[in-house]
Amino acid sequence: MNVVTRAIFELQETTLMAARAARGLIRGPRYFSETIAQMDVIGVGSLTIILLTGFFTGGVLAVQTYPTLAYWGQQGQTGRLVAVSLVRELGPVLTALMVTGRVGSAIAAELGSMTVSQQIDAMRALGTDPIRKLVAPRLLALLVSLPLLTVLADCVGIAGGAFAATSLYGLSMNEFFTSARDGISADDIIGGVIKPTVFALIIGTIACYKGLNTDGGTVGVGRATTRAVVTASIVVIISDFFLARALQYLLGMPAN
Amino acid sequence: MALSTTESNQLVSSDQVSQNAAGSTFAEVDDREREIPAIEFRDVLLAFDDRIILNKLSFKVSKGETKIILGGSGGGKSTIIKLVLGLLKPDAGRVLVDGEDITDYNEAQMVSVRKKIGMVFQEGALFDSLSVYDNVAYRLHEQGRPEEEVEQEVRRMLRFVSLEDAIDKMPSELSGGMRRRVGIARALIGDPKIVLFDEPTAGLDPPTARTICELAMKLRDLEDVSSIFVTHEMNNLDYLCAEYAVVNEEGQVVFEREGERLCLINTKVMMMKEGHIIFSGTDERLRHAEDPYIQKFLRGR
Repeated sequence: MNVVTRAIFELQETTLMAARAARGLIRGPRYFSETIAQMDVIGVGSLTIILLTGFFTGGVLAVQTYPTLAYWGQQGQTGRLVAVSLVRELGPVLTALMVTGRVGSAIAAELGSMTVSQQIDAMRALGTDPIRKLVAPRLLALLVSLPLLTVLADCVGIAGGAFAATSLYGLSMNEFFTSARDGISADDIIGGVIKPTVFALIIGTIACYKGLNTDGGTVGVGRATTRAVVTASIVVIISDFFLARALQYLLGMPAN
Repeated sequence: MALSTTESNQLVSSDQVSQNAAGSTFAEVDDREREIPAIEFRDVLLAFDDRIILNKLSFKVSKGETKIILGGSGGGKSTIIKLVLGLLKPDAGRVLVDGEDITDYNEAQMVSVRKKIGMVFQEGALFDSLSVYDNVAYRLHEQGRPEEEVEQEVRRMLRFVSLEDAIDKMPSELSGGMRRRVGIARALIGDPKIVLFDEPTAGLDPPTARTICELAMKLRDLEDVSSIFVTHEMNNLDYLCAEYAVVNEEGQVVFEREGERLCLINTKVMMMKEGHIIFSGTDERLRHAEDPYIQKFLRGR
């Protein structure tokens, strides 16, 4: 198979898997406890890294943009700039990339080692559909957790920006938050939640697909994990571009 | 660690066995149901890309029969087992389980077929995240059985493989032979009438390998289970083809060798080479076969 055929084939297989997982969520058997456990691992487990990334990204945004804005006498707009770039772009994308690195790799490695040690075959032999038992709970947990993590990253990021702007440049807290509030519209927030939902689907399906299609023993597990992280990261960044444009089209061009 | 048999009485009481034995002589011969093979392959062809794995394979496994599949590595032995379970689909030909054509079944339809089949994997394939108890109970938990019933069944199965003490351990704490035996207990839960063994003794020390073969013999002779036993170890063949399990007067399971007056016919050997069957018949005929590959396989050179 050449590269193009292979890519199309993998797209087809990944889509079919996601469709089967969705069917598994609608018609039983459903695995509630498994889903809750995955939400704990994926959501609560990623909290620390997401909070740290969010805080310092917001901080560095303020650090880097304040001098430029001050040059034009617009330093009062720092809050707006930090908030808008976080809610529209950096929050969703950075959170998705961090979750890909932490959760996507873990999913691919876990399912991959289950595949090479024949546990997936054993599961099917014992009458369980691995897509329902393993893929569906992970996908659902990601779909719920990632938007929540993104919102948290946005909030902490704005706080980080506020901290940097006030403590390093002496901007008043009031000025920062007023401009931040003026800058963000409801559409930004809606778009900022739609994006991570799509990213969750991308990360979950790619990681599960790569994991379940591992071959070649322990070396294969490593290979599958790397591929899952690389593919998911690239697809997240590429789709972010098209999503941003599509959201502009659907929600209307932003006023600022 | 020889199975000194007392624990296996829970599985079949001596009364039951004698009744089964008495009933089996004539009643079973008349029973039309028994004429339907447990597993049947009709001209099964399977290829990955350009490589042919199974080339127009046809064979049957009768009810109560053990079919030992011998052959070198990469000869398509494990593939046969995956086809029976529907984990793979053939490119051509039909696969029948219990007279039912499963070739075109989807995953949902396979669920009822897989209920009849127990599968013992090469390395045990235990779920790492679950304890021994949960591994063995897996099938019953999935069926949503009440916990009391599940525990009773799990203990009975672990007694059968004499591992009741390990019930709360995690798979990582078990030795290779113990993992294999837990795998057997997991395969046997729900009393399947067909059991598939995929190289169950590979990499085990001789006494443990013997224990596994004894379990297979007990299933064959006392439980009327049909099985496919994939192996490349000749001592497995010696045990399975020449010995049988009976319950003695004290109610204990003992293993006796076939002799002048009794020859085991419920165990057949099939030899595979590059996707073809090069021999099919009893072990006695295998030992006298003139094919150079078979002779090399038997003698090791």
